[in-house]
Amino acid sequence: MNYLVGLLSVVFFILAITVISKSLKLNKNLSGENESDSALDSHNNTNAVGFLLFWLFGTIAGVWSFLHSKPDFLPEAASAHGVKTDSMFWISMAVVTFAFFITNTLLFFFAFQYRNDKNRKATFYPVNHKLEIIWTIIPAIVMAILVFTGWRTWRDITSQAPSNAVVIEITGHQFGWYVRYAGNDDSQLGNINYKLIDETNSLGLDFTDKNTFDDFTASELHLPKGVPVLLKIRAQDVLHSVYLPFQRVKMDAVPGMPTKFWFTPTISTDEMRAKLGKKDFNFKLNCTEICGRGHFGMAITVFVDEPADYKKWVSEQKPFLTMNPAYLSKVPENLKAKASKYIPAEPIAADSTATEAVSVK
Amino acid sequence: MSTAISTTEEVHAHGHDHGHDHEHEHHELGFIRKYIFSEDHKTIAKQYLISGILWAFIGGSLSIIFRLQLGFPDMSLEWLRPILGEWIDESGKLDKEFYLALVTMHGTIMVFFVLTAGLSGTFSNFLIPLQIGARDMASGFINMLSYWFFALSSVIMFSSLFIETGPASGGWVIYPPLSALPQAMPGSGLGMTLWLTSMALFIVSQLMGGINYICTIINLRTRGMTFTKMPLTIWSFFFTAVLGLLSFPVLLSAALLLIFDRSFGTSFYLSEIYIQGQALPNMGGSPILYQHLFWFLGHPEVYIVLLPALGMTSEVIATNSRKPIFGYRAMIGSMMGITVLAFIVWAHHMFVTGMNPFLGSVFMFLTLIIAVPSAVKGFNYITTLWKGNIIFTPAMLFSIGLVSLFISGGVTGIILGNSALDINLHDTYFVVAHFHLVMGAASFFGLMAGVYHWFPKMFGRMMNKTAGYIHFWLTFVGVYAVFFPMHYTGIAGFPRRYYSFTALGNDGEAAFTDLNAFISIAAIITFSAQAIFFFNFFYSIFKGKRATQNPWKSNTLEWTTPIVPGHGNWEGEIPAVYRWPYDYSKPGSEADFIPQNIPHSATPESNLPEENDEIAKEKEIESLLAAQNESYNR
Repeated sequence: MNYLVGLLSVVFFILAITVISKSLKLNKNLSGENESDSALDSHNNTNAVGFLLFWLFGTIAGVWSFLHSKPDFLPEAASAHGVKTDSMFWISMAVVTFAFFITNTLLFFFAFQYRNDKNRKATFYPVNHKLEIIWTIIPAIVMAILVFTGWRTWRDITSQAPSNAVVIEITGHQFGWYVRYAGNDDSQLGNINYKLIDETNSLGLDFTDKNTFDDFTASELHLPKGVPVLLKIRAQDVLHSVYLPFQRVKMDAVPGMPTKFWFTPTISTDEMRAKLGKKDFNFKLNCTEICGRGHFGMAITVFVDEPADYKKWVSEQKPFLTMNPAYLSKVPENLKAKASKYIPAEPIAADSTATEAVSVK
Repeated sequence: MSTAISTTEEVHAHGHDHGHDHEHEHHELGFIRKYIFSEDHKTIAKQYLISGILWAFIGGSLSIIFRLQLGFPDMSLEWLRPILGEWIDESGKLDKEFYLALVTMHGTIMVFFVLTAGLSGTFSNFLIPLQIGARDMASGFINMLSYWFFALSSVIMFSSLFIETGPASGGWVIYPPLSALPQAMPGSGLGMTLWLTSMALFIVSQLMGGINYICTIINLRTRGMTFTKMPLTIWSFFFTAVLGLLSFPVLLSAALLLIFDRSFGTSFYLSEIYIQGQALPNMGGSPILYQHLFWFLGHPEVYIVLLPALGMTSEVIATNSRKPIFGYRAMIGSMMGITVLAFIVWAHHMFVTGMNPFLGSVFMFLTLIIAVPSAVKGFNYITTLWKGNIIFTPAMLFSIGLVSLFISGGVTGIILGNSALDINLHDTYFVVAHFHLVMGAASFFGLMAGVYHWFPKMFGRMMNKTAGYIHFWLTFVGVYAVFFPMHYTGIAGFPRRYYSFTALGNDGEAAFTDLNAFISIAAIITFSAQAIFFFNFFYSIFKGKRATQNPWKSNTLEWTTPIVPGHGNWEGEIPAVYRWPYDYSKPGSEADFIPQNIPHSATPESNLPEENDEIAKEKEIESLLAAQNESYNR
């Protein structure tokens, strides 16, 4: 990389000298010019050279700043689809950067090359159908290829989640995220109803549904590595958006309209720590839809565990009902027997399930 | 047509004979009718322009305040307390809600009040009658109303900046439920009500303006000005007006339903909401519905601000390259393509909002199609420069700058229009970089090009060119310095509308601290550079060098009017049009430009073979004079 930078700087240095010497020559020629033409003045050549210099220094700045920022971009995607979208992103980026560079170069060079010269007349060249057709068709073909590959990837990403996917529910609220797991017994999330929300039952768990009994909540998101995960996404108050930058996952949370996104984490937290050489590295879940005062701080930590560790963590979690036995009273009579299995013999201190946002200072 | 009659009454006082005695009474208008409640399109255009410049100053300053927060998060903003008062909290930092209010109002002001009203309002009003050869707009009265509705809307929006709960703060897209529920954030209270009221009036203003532009272009073209002889500026204003007329009403309905949800307990956008310890009764609404309605305007809006800029750029580039615009018909065709496609790409703003992914696929296909006409326009501009004889007036510099920004911002649209790639980039700084370059800066450059180019026609004086050059170079370098690096923070996953990036964790924000400071400094310099323009503009109105009749040696009709055109624009007959507006450097011709009102019979030396047939049509065009005069007397 250093060699590349060195090489580029030499090339640009030489180019800079050529351009500056050329512009000096132009300025010399200028001195004899008179200003009879009102629209045309002695600065015409200066402005022409300006475009050339802009091109030169713009290119240097563009290349340098890219190389400088590159190490700080998001690291390698930590999900199966993210690897695909990343490679597609960089291929598309290469294509459009090429187009960007060529067209801007032509623009600035033509501006310089065809600056006003009294002894020359512009070429009357109003139309060329062949050219128009060529530069309609070429972008159209490039676009078609990009669209087609993009569409196939999009179709795969948004396809039905595999049947073995682990279902996890994420609920956004001002300003934090609630995480709910389907539990150790039935792997089915119970119903929720926003009208049942109270200070403890912050999700509005519906205890008339027997699937609710073993559901547990968490203040962090734990994901198994290498297993498809289906996020069921909800919002309680306003729009939020689930963003897992390292897994390249994003989906809005919409009040009244559950959304979903499934993906397969491929790199565990420990592996990522080793890769980046940062012992305290953690994946994050952030909010990317403006939701009010605490929007920017609405984050929780995400752990991607080896499948065995994940299983162990899940098995250690206690259902909401176990933590808050008072809710047994909400269970209808015919299900009481089933529910009481989750009620501990000795009462446990009630625990708030609320997941607090990173402190908003 | 009653206003058209009054127009002729005043104009033809020293004009020609129509046989109507009452037309010869010349009466001078009072100050109020002449400068304030004026029905003259030129005065209305200037009103729009000056309002737009003032708004740009306000919108720009707001961005500087939030750039201070983003670039220098540890800086004490205590010194802003005299201006911002309570919005600076006890620790000397910007209030977090006010930060969101700043972002919201910056967007609203720049998109609607500067680039829609200030750009299209100014130049559609100013150039349509002058370039098609009309005495004024089809309805001067509605045109006046259009401005004053805009002015009223401006006053309301401006006043919302000063209320205690702050202006609207939910982002310029004001997505409900955030914008619908005052308990969600203080800005969704009175500030939001004022925002919606102001926007409703703004839409009324736009519709009245748009109807006028369309009617005028269709009905009031001078004899010989067929559609294929219209300058590209007029074509662009025409398409812009069509876009606005068809899409703004949809925003009005979106706003109306939001007003119902906010004030009358309906549930168009609200469903199953639990907020501030309270479960709301609303059921069955959909926030996604609002997004569809909003972006049905929101996306065409991008082209509403961009097309006039592109149209004026076509004119400026052709004039100053001393060359015909390359591919005149392809330019019209691509603008038409953009206009049609603009209506069917809106949902690319919504790939990850929970909209059905199949719909996402459809909109990805449609979105990437719109890149083709845009690319054609870019290539045509570049080819117009090729083998030209370029004069770098400030307007020409800004036009070339526009083409560069249009390309640089446009190419990343190909990335964002790809729904699979949008997953990671949606609502990050990559998007901010993209649209600021392609629509914000490009349109702003179009606005500047227009001001520098048509200033002599507006005020009869020239702006200082050297100051124009300095203004251009500082702005051009500055705009790239501000927005180009934002791509990097976007790729690094920095979300937009974040007060600070600390919660990204893992010291993610630390890597870009310097870059964010750099962006802020560049923004401050670029913004300060606009003072050069501000001073040049107002100074030159009064003290500028006197303009000549056709300072840029241009072909279009506005340069055949007196240096300062009076009410009715032409003192005598309106000139007829015999040729297209781009006969620059025609082989055989002595002069390097042949204005549109020169008949082909007068230029036998430069006529192309097929143009000799046009000579036969000249009689026919001239015979339309009586009918044209008649239309002003009806």
